[in-house]
Amino acid sequence: MEDLTSYPLELTGPDIPMVRFLNVRKSYGELIVLDNLNLDISPNEMVTIIGPSGSGKTTVLRMLMTLETIGGGVIYVDGKPLTHMPKNGALVPADARYLRKARSSIGMCFQHFNLFPHMTALQNCMEGPVQVLGLSGREARERAEELLMMVGMIDKKDQHPSRLSGGQQQRVAIARALAMRPKVMLFDEVTSALDPEVIGEVTNVIRDLTTRHSLTMLMVTHQMGFARDISDRVCFFFGGKIEEQDSPDELFSNPKSKRTQQFLSAVKAAD
Amino acid sequence: MSYISFLSEHGSRFIDGALITGVQFFCSLALAAVIAHVFGLVMLSSNTVVKSFAIAYVEFFRGTSLLVQLFWLFYVLPLFGITLNNFLTGFLAVGLNLGAYGAELVRGAILSVPRGQWEASYALSLSPAKRMRRIIIPQAIATMLPAWGNLAIELLKSTALVGLIAVPDLMFQARELNNSTYLSTWTFGTALIIYYVSARFLITPCMRRLEKIMARRMGRA
Ligand SMILES: Nc1ncnc2c1ncn2[C@@H]1O[C@H](COP(=O)(O)OP(=O)(O)OP(=O)(O)O)[C@@H](O)[C@H]1O
Ligand SMILES: [Mg+2]
Repeated sequence: MEDLTSYPLELTGPDIPMVRFLNVRKSYGELIVLDNLNLDISPNEMVTIIGPSGSGKTTVLRMLMTLETIGGGVIYVDGKPLTHMPKNGALVPADARYLRKARSSIGMCFQHFNLFPHMTALQNCMEGPVQVLGLSGREARERAEELLMMVGMIDKKDQHPSRLSGGQQQRVAIARALAMRPKVMLFDEVTSALDPEVIGEVTNVIRDLTTRHSLTMLMVTHQMGFARDISDRVCFFFGGKIEEQDSPDELFSNPKSKRTQQFLSAVKAAD
Repeated sequence: MSYISFLSEHGSRFIDGALITGVQFFCSLALAAVIAHVFGLVMLSSNTVVKSFAIAYVEFFRGTSLLVQLFWLFYVLPLFGITLNNFLTGFLAVGLNLGAYGAELVRGAILSVPRGQWEASYALSLSPAKRMRRIIIPQAIATMLPAWGNLAIELLKSTALVGLIAVPDLMFQARELNNSTYLSTWTFGTALIIYYVSARFLITPCMRRLEKIMARRMGRA
């Protein structure tokens, strides 16, 4: 087993990142998916991950959501370890209870929305706050309605997901995740399953979120224009590593790595 | 003697029998439903001890005949000092047997809930128990309801066996009547019709209604 003694029990100092991947590794059998990943995300920062299929983009988000176990290294959120917990002055792999508490500061939106089909839009947004945060029905409803208003879905609040278009479902899914008041929001290709004409209604919601403070975001997308528009920083992933990262203007207009250049020109040619 | 006068003379016995069959049906259905959910969930648990027990249970009750199980409960348990009355033995046997089939339905339906639903409830930090109760099981029920309709009809037909341990159900009454009147066509014909009508015009419409209600709750009315 890995020696974790060199990892701090918590992060200290003036500029604590909201998220820190420290030497994070992940493999499935022989296949190394993340190879010693180090990535810091500052509070309120919007970081976008781009890269070819299979480069490990989704895996990064799923590990931060703790949907995947970590193969090595430690992830910290808001200065505290997420994947590990302190025990007798050292870090040990987190147990289920610690994980459940730790991951409640993270929200995730999926490519296929994954709304609960047996609940209305409003009930979807109230489920977590009532069942996990212990809010009263009234408080949860107020919070849910406010968020559904924000994503433009208030007039459909009593509809079941099967009655909503993909774009509408994805907006409800964003509201559902926000209702938990996460510190970090993860978006994994949230527009990939949508018809072209409704992509805008979802990207506009995410764009609005970037102007709201106290939300750190990590997004995977294939829409380069959108990434360039709203990101503070763009990371280009290749083979489980960050090949290059920079401000969007710099990375898109002046990519340094050969692989980044190839990827960007291939994407441009496909458009 | 006409069939009408046969019915007016012996109809009350059919009614008595049908009522007993009805009570046997509901008791064993309730038992089967509880057993199916408990064992269906346990079969999915990661605890190998309880899991093996549940799998053994399901294997045993599905792999041996209901009639043998019924006789075993009725004739063999007393040898170990456990004596149950006929009525209890009847619905226990049927409920335990059909519950084993139901457990497979529950297990399959839970596994058929898409992975995204598990992940979304995980991402919301729902506890494992709440995830099961509030997200997974309601969707699993909607999936397995049609299969439960068939199982309920199967269960009704299975209750006919309890007459063999002298529970005075419909089949028991029909046999008694046949022994005293020798009117086999009418006695067993009437029993057949009652079984068919109950299945076709009581159970099936009820299940259809339930399916409609579930469909509405899933927003697919
Ligand atoms: N559960 C798993 N078991 C085995 N291999 C997996 C598993 N999940 C992902 N992988 C592999 O890990 C690699 C990285 O997958 P990941 O989903 O992170 O890629 P991605 O960058 O998101 O790709 P895409 O753009 O196609 O979504 C791929 O080669 C994939 O096949
Ligand atoms: Mg992906």
